[in-house]
Amino acid sequence: MHLKRADNHTWRKIKSTLASGIAFVSALLVIAPLGLVFFHLLVNGAGSVNWDFFTKLPAPVGALGGGMVNAIVGSLELLALAGAIGIPIGVLGGVYLAEYGSARINSVLRFLADVLNGIPSITWGVVVYGLVVLRFKGFSAYAGGLALGLIMIPLILRTTEEVVLLVPNGYREAALALGVSRWKTIVHIVMKTASKGIITGILLALARVGGETAPLLFTAFGNRFWNHSLSQPIAALPLQIFTYAISPYDDWHRQAWAGALVLVTGVFCVNVLVRILTRGRTASVV
Amino acid sequence: MDNLVMATPEQSVTERVERIAQPTPSIEPAPPLTFAVKNLSIWYGEKRAIDNVTLDVASNAVTAIIGPSGCGKSTFLRALNRMHELVPKTRMEGTVLLHGEDLYSRSVDPAIVRRRVGMVFQKSNPFPTMTIGENVIVGLRLNGVRNQKFLNERLEKSLRMAALWDEVKDDLHKPGTSLSGGQQQRLCIARALAVEPEVILMDEPCSALDPIATAKIEELIYELKARYTIVTVTHNMQQAGRISDYTAFFYLGRLIEFGPTTKIFTNPSERQTEDYITGRFG
Repeated sequence: MHLKRADNHTWRKIKSTLASGIAFVSALLVIAPLGLVFFHLLVNGAGSVNWDFFTKLPAPVGALGGGMVNAIVGSLELLALAGAIGIPIGVLGGVYLAEYGSARINSVLRFLADVLNGIPSITWGVVVYGLVVLRFKGFSAYAGGLALGLIMIPLILRTTEEVVLLVPNGYREAALALGVSRWKTIVHIVMKTASKGIITGILLALARVGGETAPLLFTAFGNRFWNHSLSQPIAALPLQIFTYAISPYDDWHRQAWAGALVLVTGVFCVNVLVRILTRGRTASVV
Repeated sequence: MDNLVMATPEQSVTERVERIAQPTPSIEPAPPLTFAVKNLSIWYGEKRAIDNVTLDVASNAVTAIIGPSGCGKSTFLRALNRMHELVPKTRMEGTVLLHGEDLYSRSVDPAIVRRRVGMVFQKSNPFPTMTIGENVIVGLRLNGVRNQKFLNERLEKSLRMAALWDEVKDDLHKPGTSLSGGQQQRLCIARALAVEPEVILMDEPCSALDPIATAKIEELIYELKARYTIVTVTHNMQQAGRISDYTAFFYLGRLIEFGPTTKIFTNPSERQTEDYITGRFG
């Protein structure tokens, strides 16, 4: 019996070092793009992020300066419209999947929601173009909001379902045993317990659609001026970035960089907010 | 271990020992009934959990249900306030009468049944999103009571009855989950008491508690029986002996023996009961 087999031991050590080395490099490769994107945006965009950028409308073609205030406000308006559609349907649908329905129907619904989550976002733009834009003969904020809202529904539905399922059954039983009705138990006990998780899902969905460009191309369309009616085309930050980035003007390129920096910072802030929300006390489960 | 349990609140232990030692004469004329269970059978899918059980639960008394794991104790208990129906694919036969009313008649709303027949669970489960005070009155609030003065009165009354008031009266705004395990269980009892039920079902209420906390809950059960009918499931035979007036022994879904606790523990009629109580199986 040899307790020490020198060569074998060395070979094992090499394998172990190799494995952790590969894992480390892979982890680095995952994080690297984020760092590169942020660095690149800072270098190219930080110079153009100034007071004007947040307060002025785009300058006329050929003139220097101007800002993207209409696109920033437009994006917020679109997110509000999308939320008005996506949040209630997504949350209620997720609660239905977790609390009601038969196992068989629910597994079909869950599968369909996952399929919807996988549909390329431009498809939603085309669908809404066909359903809304053609029928009402015009691009509008409504159409853009609808397209984003439809993307949000399956996202919110699945996250809501998951966090509602995490609520221990003991709480449902405790409420029902007090003679509280089923729906009040769900609203006041189950959803309240899962509220942090539900809000997290909503914020992540908003962050996700906030950066969408493709579904807005033939729905919200974009606008170089203030939008005065939601039934008119509206500017959105990603759309504006797209338009400026493919333009031939250097000044517009700089503004596109600035816009991208603002957008990424916004998404980043939402994610940080989510981290803060989910950190909290472990008492409320999710 | 059990010596510890019995040793804590000294005075009441002697009382309880005396109570167990002397057959109580008050049960001789048929005591008033809270539940009359007749030919109850319950299935979970294909599996029969309760098999043709007939049993009467006396008012203002503690009825203990004992038996080995999987014998249907909890299912029987839950059938008394229709909580077993939360499991999908359950089926029942037979009748359960609460003061003569059929709990399972078609016109009966399970929520109303549960308001009259409260429940305390094995694992204490105060709502994590609520304070101690909110936890106590949540049943009333969600059942539509808005009067703040009434809620405050009931809050104090329930906590006093659950012997928790003195420990938490200055901390009512703290989260319910900040309490110790035994306090949480008494909070859950206060929560059940706040909706003023007639019956309290307890599903192994002490099994997750240390001996001192257990002794407090047992003490509480003894006091509550003056106002409520109590049915409790327990794994702990000594506990059944200490706290209950009647004991039902379940085995494989059947009721093997039921009678005054003193008789079940000193002179059981059935061989299986004796074997279980003396620890030969289970």
